[in-house]
Amino acid sequence: MRKILQQLKQYKRDTFLCIGMTTLEVIMEILMPFVTAIIIDQGLQASNLPVVYQYGILIVVMALLSLCFGALAGKASASAAAGLSANLREAIYAKIQTFSFSNIDKFSVPGLVTRMTTDITNVQNAYMMIIRVAVRAPLNLIFSFLMCLFINVQLSLMFLMAAAFLIIVIGAIMVVTLKIFNEVFHRYDDLNASVQENVTAIRVVKAFVREDYENKKFSKASQVLYKLFVKAEGLLAFNNPAMMVAVYFCIISVSWFGAQFIVGGTLTTGDLTSLFSYIMALLMSLMMLSMIVVMISMSMASIRRISEVLGEIPDLKEPEHPVEQVADGSIDFNHVNFAYNQGSGKYALSDIDLHINSGETIGVIGGTGSGKSSLVNLICRLYDVNDGSVCVGGVDVRQYDTEVLRNQVSVVLQKNTLFSGSILDNLRWGNPDATEEECVEACKAACADEFIDRMPKGYRTKIERGGSNVSGGQKQRLCIARALLKKPKILILDDSTSAVDTATDAKIREAFAQKIPGTTKIIIAQRISSVENADRILVMDDGKVNAFDTHENLLKTNPIYQEIYQAQIKGGGDFDQPA
Amino acid sequence: MSKKKSKARMATASALISRTIRYMLHYYKFQFLLVVLCILITAIATVVGATFPQTLIDDYITPMIESGSTDFSGLASDLVRLACIMALGVVTAFTYNRIMVNVSQGTMRHLRDDLFAKMESLPIKYFDTHAHGDIMSVYTNDVDTLRQLLSQSIPQIINSVITMVATFITMIILNPALTVISLLTAAVMLWVTSKFSKLSGRYYVHQQQDLGAVDGFIEEMLDGQKVVKVFCHEEAAKEDFHKVNEKLRNSTTKANSYANLLMPVNANIGWVSYALVAIVGAILGINELAGVTIGTVVTFVGLNRSFTNPITQVSQQVNFVVNAAAGAQRVFELMDQTPEVDNGYVELVNAIEDENGKITESPTRTNLWAWKHPHKASGTVTYTKLEGGVVLDHVDFGYNEDKMVLHDISLYAKPGQKIAFVGATGAGKTTITNLINRFYDIADGKIRYDGININKIKKADLRRSLGIVLQDTHLFTGTVMDNIRYGKLDATDEDCIKAAKLANADSFIRRLPDGYQTMLTGDGANLSQGQRQLLAIARAAVADPPALILDEATSSIDTHTEKLVQDGMDALMKGRTTFVIAHRLSTVKNSDCIIVMEQGRIIERGTHDELIAAKGKYYQLYTGNFAA
Repeated sequence: MRKILQQLKQYKRDTFLCIGMTTLEVIMEILMPFVTAIIIDQGLQASNLPVVYQYGILIVVMALLSLCFGALAGKASASAAAGLSANLREAIYAKIQTFSFSNIDKFSVPGLVTRMTTDITNVQNAYMMIIRVAVRAPLNLIFSFLMCLFINVQLSLMFLMAAAFLIIVIGAIMVVTLKIFNEVFHRYDDLNASVQENVTAIRVVKAFVREDYENKKFSKASQVLYKLFVKAEGLLAFNNPAMMVAVYFCIISVSWFGAQFIVGGTLTTGDLTSLFSYIMALLMSLMMLSMIVVMISMSMASIRRISEVLGEIPDLKEPEHPVEQVADGSIDFNHVNFAYNQGSGKYALSDIDLHINSGETIGVIGGTGSGKSSLVNLICRLYDVNDGSVCVGGVDVRQYDTEVLRNQVSVVLQKNTLFSGSILDNLRWGNPDATEEECVEACKAACADEFIDRMPKGYRTKIERGGSNVSGGQKQRLCIARALLKKPKILILDDSTSAVDTATDAKIREAFAQKIPGTTKIIIAQRISSVENADRILVMDDGKVNAFDTHENLLKTNPIYQEIYQAQIKGGGDFDQPA
Repeated sequence: MSKKKSKARMATASALISRTIRYMLHYYKFQFLLVVLCILITAIATVVGATFPQTLIDDYITPMIESGSTDFSGLASDLVRLACIMALGVVTAFTYNRIMVNVSQGTMRHLRDDLFAKMESLPIKYFDTHAHGDIMSVYTNDVDTLRQLLSQSIPQIINSVITMVATFITMIILNPALTVISLLTAAVMLWVTSKFSKLSGRYYVHQQQDLGAVDGFIEEMLDGQKVVKVFCHEEAAKEDFHKVNEKLRNSTTKANSYANLLMPVNANIGWVSYALVAIVGAILGINELAGVTIGTVVTFVGLNRSFTNPITQVSQQVNFVVNAAAGAQRVFELMDQTPEVDNGYVELVNAIEDENGKITESPTRTNLWAWKHPHKASGTVTYTKLEGGVVLDHVDFGYNEDKMVLHDISLYAKPGQKIAFVGATGAGKTTITNLINRFYDIADGKIRYDGININKIKKADLRRSLGIVLQDTHLFTGTVMDNIRYGKLDATDEDCIKAAKLANADSFIRRLPDGYQTMLTGDGANLSQGQRQLLAIARAAVADPPALILDEATSSIDTHTEKLVQDGMDALMKGRTTFVIAHRLSTVKNSDCIIVMEQGRIIERGTHDELIAAKGKYYQLYTGNFAA
């Protein structure tokens, strides 16, 4: 809760403004019945028209004032609540940026999206409600109760009893529903995840004619959600009747005892009338409070889910005294063990001990799941090792300022993404200050310029979300160009030319050799042709280093390498051509 | 102009709300009637409770003081009667609150189910043209706004209206002249309410749009989070996010500001009305006009409050209602999409072949399938054996009508043949395969499956007869076994394992922590690209279709694994018509026909040896001579 309120920041002022204005509005509202009492007692019952006029006008003036206060409070609350939710979204987004992938996996992408939309909207509405009503209701409540005490102590005991009853009932309901709502939102995530799955995999669903199957699956999940919701809100349905019980109890008991007191002479008729109007005031403020209870109980789960994200400790910690310089492009793996799931005991990499010199070109080859990608993910510190250490330029990667490290270690990922925006925008991810010439230069090296030139708007062609309007090979070349623009000391290509034809692949490698000779290059590939010219080739197998030698030596000594080589030579080659 | 526009918007808003209500009534007519009845009883109990003090003073206290009597038995019995009415009110209040939970949540459930079913029925094109985040937002944000509407706003509004009517009747009976003032005030309030809701409504529409934009942004960025990290783009991403977020904040502030104005404005108009009734009542009462006595004025000022209070309460709900209308618009927009059209009438049935080669339908499962082809003109039914022969006859196709991407494609694949497509990315290889299973409909020409025009075949049956491994592998949340079984829902565990063995996926699956029962989440995020593709192949294998489409399915599998897959696939392809979009010679070489494509046209075709001999494009590709 506190974490959420911390995000108010510049909107604290609006919050206080709202509370202040609401207080003034309540004061007006409390005063107006006094004035009306005067109108009735001194004006109407005394048949005194001037009094009616005077106080009538006074009421109009007070109403106008109260309107101004109320309007200002409403505006301030809107601005404060919208501001809070905007700040919350930004705080979460900023927090996510510090997350490691295991942090993100923990919440899942749809989970994070629900948190940033539905949950925050819940909090926003609740907050707006609370700062407007949470001031009004207690003030009304206290004032009304004080007046009751002032009029008759015995009768006000009835109020106390009613209030105690309500607090117990509503409190109990709230405790139970909160638990259920938590579960509800959990299920909600699952449901949304299955929708998202279907949206992205719609072709698979349709190809296998599984529409009905998916419908049934979804329907089952939504049935579970329905039951939970009914359970939670079914309990909340007790709120309103409980309120009515309390109020009716007051009316009847006050009627009964009040009548006896009046006949007994200890109470006046006027007092009784006032008591009834305070019952009504109480009713109204309690109604409001119960609405707040509903609001809070529904948003409590949201609040908790938001706090979870804000309170999550990023796995990757920044060092206290970060190293700001990467000396050179040398890479050392010192007896590294690594697992994606800590504690699962299943290492993706085990006992990796490797030493790569600055400027070397290294090929990496190995079967699916042999740990090639895991290996390079450690170099740019997308994950941290479990044991041992990874050093770049002779310094442990955990000692570097992450930004410095990642600027010098440029990775073209296997599962790569382009973002909506022009080609230039995408390229400038590599270097925001790159001139257009530099971008063209990088594209030439990555053999991307040829197809960009053929596009109607050239470098200003808009890339659609996820790069859906360029082919796989084009996407890969753009990603390489983007990585080149960083001018890194280490360049890693993680199977980044798989959709590019062999000839272009060769051209790209040639460009690397000529244009960035000093850069350490690590090329993960499936094709022997992509790695055979490398200085040394690393053969990975089942998370371990199988061999690390030159092409010629490997051909002579390494059975895995020989097998791959034979398979590909026999296969002859590859049928893609430059697009 | 703008007035007209906003009027139209209000009209659509109320149309949307009434459509939502009709949707609810469709499922819960009876329950809703009961709810209205219960609210009516509750409201009456409330009014009775509120007017009792009047009875208490006039009928008991005043006469008793005057007479000096201390006999409270009459009051006691009246109070008991009152308590009964109130108890009834409490019971009905609980009843309607409880039923409403079922009604609103049930409606939500139906809505979600319907939305989902609708989405599943939409053509692929819809998903091509709509951002996934926008579609998601319908399920999360928009459906939620309707929940608020159904569970809170509607009962509240009904309650308020009933209370108003009850009070209004009492007022008319008491004094018609003073009622006019109350009515005037009410009119002003309603006018103000509609004015402000129009204003806030406009911004609520903006708000929902901006929310959709934020949603889309987050999803796109989180999907590409690895890239964001690798490029240290965190700060820039935050800045971009700040922009969309600010926009959302602005529209939210505006929408809520106007909505928040309603309550204080209406409440205070209520007070002004109170003052007016008092003043006019006093003038009339003192001059003894229009049958007004001081007693009536005192009662009336009270009633006037209970008349205007509901308007204030309703106006509080307006904000939710307008919000819901914006949500409903997007919900129904999706609901109103035209589903994939299927005019097919040729069905796939189990069949038996007698000794004369005549094919008839079989009620039980046989290993033989046939196309059941009813002929409307002659009223007869013919059966054609399912063999998997595919013919494309002068096919033209474009994703947009004005831009054709395939030109005059003709080819035939006899049952059991293997056809390989070769050519540059974007040459139209994938597109052709998308036409055969009718993800898209062709513009001109004909495609025949076993001699039947595929437009005549029911889409579900057509697709069932075609196995497919797509370029992008998608897996579903569930166990590995579930994912393989996706190909054939009634497959036994043994069938699935057999298919996995065929695809050479078995060995890696067994190495997973829970083997075949390992849970996959997030599109199989815990598997490598190659492993996911192996599963996709196993999934297609278990379906055991007569025809197969393989779209670059082996491109991310390492050579070692690919060799294993290749052997498995060769076994699988035996006896099946296969269309394969391939990169490697090993896949292509033993094809019955190789189709070389360029820019949407077939430029060469033939067997490997024929094409090599022809020394054309294929020869250039094969020899690595890219000079052309």
